[in-house]
Amino acid sequence: MSIIGFLIPIALFLGGLGVIAFIWCVRSNQYEDLEGAAWRILEDEDEPPGQGPGRGGRGG
Amino acid sequence: MNATLAGRAADPTIELQPTRPDDIQAFVRRQPDGAWALDLMVEGAHCGACISRIERTLRRHPGVQAARLNLSTRRLHVAWQGAREDGAALHAAVEELGYPAVAFDPERLEADGAAGQQDLLRCVGVAGFAAANVMILSIAVWSGHALDMGPGTRGLLHWLSALIALPAVAYAGRPFFTSAWRALRARTTNMDVPISVGVTLACAMSLSETIRHGPYAYFDSAVTLLFFLLIGRYLDSRARGHARAAIERLMLLRAARVTVLEPHGGQTVMAADQVRPGAIILVAPGERIGVDGRIVSGTSSLDNSLVSGESLPAAVEPGDRVYAGTLNLDSALRIETLAVGEATLLSEIGRLMELAEQRRGRYVALADRVSRYYAPVVHFLALLTFLVWTFQVGVIWQIGLLHAVAVLIITCPCALGLAVPAVQVIASGRLLRQGVLLKSPTALERLAAVDTVVFDKTGTLTAGRPELVDRDRVPEAALELAAAMAMSSKHVLARGLVAACPDVAALDGVREIPGRGLVLATPEGEVRLGQRDWALEGLAEVGATPDGPALPEIWLARPGQPPQVFRFEDRLREDALATVRALKDRGFRVELLSGDRPEVTAKVAGQLGIAHWRAGVGPTAKTVHLQALGRDGRHVLMVGDGLNDAPALAAAHVSASPSTAADISQTAADVVFQGQRLGAVLELLAVAQKAERLVRQNMVLSIGYNVLAVPLAMIGLVTPLIAAVTMSSSSLLVVGNALRLARPSR
Repeated sequence: MSIIGFLIPIALFLGGLGVIAFIWCVRSNQYEDLEGAAWRILEDEDEPPGQGPGRGGRGG
Repeated sequence: MNATLAGRAADPTIELQPTRPDDIQAFVRRQPDGAWALDLMVEGAHCGACISRIERTLRRHPGVQAARLNLSTRRLHVAWQGAREDGAALHAAVEELGYPAVAFDPERLEADGAAGQQDLLRCVGVAGFAAANVMILSIAVWSGHALDMGPGTRGLLHWLSALIALPAVAYAGRPFFTSAWRALRARTTNMDVPISVGVTLACAMSLSETIRHGPYAYFDSAVTLLFFLLIGRYLDSRARGHARAAIERLMLLRAARVTVLEPHGGQTVMAADQVRPGAIILVAPGERIGVDGRIVSGTSSLDNSLVSGESLPAAVEPGDRVYAGTLNLDSALRIETLAVGEATLLSEIGRLMELAEQRRGRYVALADRVSRYYAPVVHFLALLTFLVWTFQVGVIWQIGLLHAVAVLIITCPCALGLAVPAVQVIASGRLLRQGVLLKSPTALERLAAVDTVVFDKTGTLTAGRPELVDRDRVPEAALELAAAMAMSSKHVLARGLVAACPDVAALDGVREIPGRGLVLATPEGEVRLGQRDWALEGLAEVGATPDGPALPEIWLARPGQPPQVFRFEDRLREDALATVRALKDRGFRVELLSGDRPEVTAKVAGQLGIAHWRAGVGPTAKTVHLQALGRDGRHVLMVGDGLNDAPALAAAHVSASPSTAADISQTAADVVFQGQRLGAVLELLAVAQKAERLVRQNMVLSIGYNVLAVPLAMIGLVTPLIAAVTMSSSSLLVVGNALRLARPSR
């Protein structure tokens, strides 16, 4: 049974990473424009670097 | 209320105001990194091609660092290095592509809406993480009951669950706790009160069980419950946010400004609500008057349709009173702003609206009405369980409390809390796809009770713009000449002419004579287009007005040719007849209330087969009539678009406006529908009725679940396993039932 002493902390750690990643996504406005992202994938031209939705503050 | 109302109401403009370069400059901001930034609201962008056209065009401008269009909110953010003045050029570039764009201040628009939604989303994420992990641990515990898990291992798993669940509940439960606390402080209750009580008690009891090494802990129920409810709440707020963003956009696109003439010469442009009484303002032809006032100089005619519903332009001269919201047609006017006090039409309308809104503010959402009965019953049953177990059966009080809390957990209104939002989210999503925006959260419930539909005429049943009558009988050459001249004018009738013959090129040398018409000098002589008496002045041959009802008309006089008349009519919307007929077929009483003249109103009522109509009704009379209908026990849907409709919209049981409406009407209406189709009203009522049916079914389902589960809990048979299974299955059942609304109606 001592295996759960390792497994549970590992599971919680990995899950915690997931939550942190999710909160980061929300913070950096990744969920701001769900419609636009679906169309952008069809664009051939690459965006200049550093133009993610996080930039440009709240206007995006 | 009054301050914001005055600000909003003073700029009701249907047409897009041409945006001046100096207006754009005011919205250019400096970013921390030294670049300039501008935010624009862009209309008409719908797909990926629009994104790349706009963004690429902007990026080609020298100095532009970033250009990003958000397709969900239609907001465009541009940042550039260089001069502040480049903002105007960038704005012009977007407009040249064919997308009307208006600058806005993001700080002002980003009210609580977006921040609240992000917070909700974070709560969903945290609750989801906790629910998944606690559930894994719980399944281990449940299997342990069947097999032979030692109390030590079980205790460890319970402690781990507590470690995950308690912080998660404290974090993700905030939306419910604050709302419940607010309700309790206002001495009412809502759905969040039983939710908060149930979740808090479940956690507290589970913690004490864990400390006492007891067999049962309900951490999984508490967090799963929160997770489900948060999903419902997030979807709900997202759907509402969509509608709100669309309405904000429509209003911004219509924001108008007033040109004030300074006493010492020069002029300033300012928002209508900043104009002081006594100031002289200048209103160019084609502009809407932003204030109530008196004409100092100039003669012109005014389109009063927004204010009075009157469809014919009225002539005005110095000394006449004019009202905010009317459209100046012919020539520039100087207007003295009168006291913005209690006497103005605008504040009168504002007062009426406020009264009506107070009355309607008392409407309580169905879920909250149910919970008023639900919460006391549930809490009484829990108390009863505790008393009976402790004093009748004679177990120790901790066991009695355990069973009582099990009752609270099992009755925690998971299904009930999802029953309404799930249906509402799907219904508003379905309506949104058809251009119908639900502004008020209780609009659907109120729509379902509607049995009477009252329409305004101008701009609602009719398209609200004059169209040329008998186009086939007008000689093509005369029409082309007239349309080419009319290109230089902003008069409504001139626009009607251009609309009838849009492909001509504008003629040079056309002069506009204020209050009269247009003149073009040609080698053969003067060509006149305008008022009959003026255009036909001195002509040997005087044309006769064709028989039939009096319609707005303009005359074209050419040297050496007979005069030609153009007559105009405000046509019905294309599907007006079909809509009214369908409404009557479905058993609705249809009425027509108009501020226009009786003969015009009678004609429209006759064409549409509306038996109940009244003409010449002002804002107060409309409100009174609607209140009378309400006293008769009728639930009225009011559909209107003008300033004069705003109080009536607020007074009706529920109200709708076309998106072309004056923005004060859109503020007052519960529902805004886009596009030219009036059939949106039918769809709205159909979806509302179907939604109401599903909500009731869902209520029955969740109450049926409680009737089954509560006795089990009271006799102490509900273990955490049973609680988890029954709660999840009833929630899924309710959501599945709601999803039936997403299917197109048969």
